[in-house]
Amino acid sequence: MKALAIDTSNLVMGVSVISDNKIVGELTTNMKKNHSVRLMPAIANLLGEVDMQPGDLDRIIVARGPGSFTGVRIGVSVAKTMAWSLNIPITGVSSLEVLAQNGKYFDGAVCPLFDGRRGQIYTSLYGNIDNRFQLLQDERIMQLVDWIDTIKDKSRKVLFLGNDLPLHREKIEELLGDRAVFGQAADHNPRASELAALGVARDGENPHTFTPSYLRLAEAEAKWLANQKK
Amino acid sequence: MQEKDEIILGIETSCDETAAAIVKNGTELLSNVVASQIESHKRFGGVVPEIASRHHVEQITIVIEEAMKEADVEFDDLSAIAVTEGPGLVGALLIGVNSAKALALAHSIPLVSVHHIAGHIYANRLQEPMEEFPLLALVVSGGHTELILMKEHGSYEIIGETRDDAAGEAYDKVARTLKLPYPGGPHIDKMAAEGSPEIDLPRAWLEADSFDFSFSGLKSAVINTLHNAKQRGIEINPNDLAASFQESVIEVLVEKTYRAAREYGVKQVVVAGGVAANKGLRGRLTDRFANTGIQLSIPPLWLCTDNAAMIAAAGSIEYQKGKRADMKLNGNPGLELEAF
Ligand SMILES: [Zn+2]
Repeated sequence: MKALAIDTSNLVMGVSVISDNKIVGELTTNMKKNHSVRLMPAIANLLGEVDMQPGDLDRIIVARGPGSFTGVRIGVSVAKTMAWSLNIPITGVSSLEVLAQNGKYFDGAVCPLFDGRRGQIYTSLYGNIDNRFQLLQDERIMQLVDWIDTIKDKSRKVLFLGNDLPLHREKIEELLGDRAVFGQAADHNPRASELAALGVARDGENPHTFTPSYLRLAEAEAKWLANQKK
Repeated sequence: MQEKDEIILGIETSCDETAAAIVKNGTELLSNVVASQIESHKRFGGVVPEIASRHHVEQITIVIEEAMKEADVEFDDLSAIAVTEGPGLVGALLIGVNSAKALALAHSIPLVSVHHIAGHIYANRLQEPMEEFPLLALVVSGGHTELILMKEHGSYEIIGETRDDAAGEAYDKVARTLKLPYPGGPHIDKMAAEGSPEIDLPRAWLEADSFDFSFSGLKSAVINTLHNAKQRGIEINPNDLAASFQESVIEVLVEKTYRAAREYGVKQVVVAGGVAANKGLRGRLTDRFANTGIQLSIPPLWLCTDNAAMIAAAGSIEYQKGKRADMKLNGNPGLELEAF
């Protein structure tokens, strides 16, 4: 199987190509530069570098969120359109799950996170059980302090991953003490190669009905729903 | 040898309609699909950008597929893909632009970018020829009130524009004052037909030689009229107020368009944009240009509101001129027509 993997859900932009379980190409940037301008040239370049035509692809894999609403939509729009027009399936993988892979050999729990503003984080928890790296706590958006409260009664160490950690590190250290472990520079970028590897092993979806995973309602919608309940 | 037909796929996502269409040789409409989000935004009394963007990403491939199926064309048949670059809501524009780029790359199809207002103007070409230059376009919509002089295809000179509110904006604000449901424009048009324009409201003619518009004073006058009547306990017939407001808007639009047409010696006047669906405006323009030797073209109602057929039609002009967009194309919320 040949697949193209795309992640524009956060500041890191990643594109990779997998061919028969071999990652043949990967491109990652971590800069505050417009994904809408740079994604398609990056895809065109990478496919060219690995000598592939769009028509050679069997699947498109995309990080479906959570993350920046606009960022997620750029990747998903491109992935949906390519998959539908090439008549191939699309596979979505959680952006948090992709990031968590950077800690898959850690002996303890792995906590990927993206900042969600106003003290909130998008997060989930992963860990090894029976030699399989798997989801331990569903992904969610919540106050950092409440999240730490949720996970703190376990005795294991927790590895925190994500480029937004500088915003929250102090608070985490305060609440978890030396049970908190922080990744190094290279551990914080979600990698499109991990996304590709996860995606090829999963079922394909119909591109027409594929939607991003925002984990959060649009603000106007949330307010409207709250008013309906009154 | 017979030349191959030019087949263009148009994509439009600048506001709250997800739209795709196929146009043949710049003038012949083969399909026109619009997924309107109006029901969703009604809850909020206006378009919510984040919600518009969410709907676009849900609808985009479905709408494009439907347009292609209806027109019975395959990717191999497409001469080009035309997409709205701007102006509009940035998050909404991005969906159409990225989807168009993905199609262009996946199937090696040329890509052209289109200015949304150029699209509104070229909606006319799907109905009537636009070959008489210079040509004057009156563009009236929620975001625009402009008089545009065209000396040839694809060339745009703004000779008049609003200095404050767009005509459609004034309609929406007055509708809100009258507590009408969103979108308010069509309601005012209907009410105006029932009432009589007997309430005295101002007309902003501005300087004698100016083709610019101003509607914020008129909007304030409507609000004041209602407020004063309420304080004095006088009942105002809302239909009469709607008629008076509409009369004031239309009189200025029609007169300025007519004067500009005379001054620039234009042969054809084209009306474009959502407010061109207004019955009062259509009727008055038709009367004003009767027996003047100037051809007046107003597209049918369904071509006046946002759609992708107009983007494909305008895209055809760009395509014929040899203009191409590349994979770096971005949504441009403030794109200017004259720079385009
Ligand atoms: Zn429009």
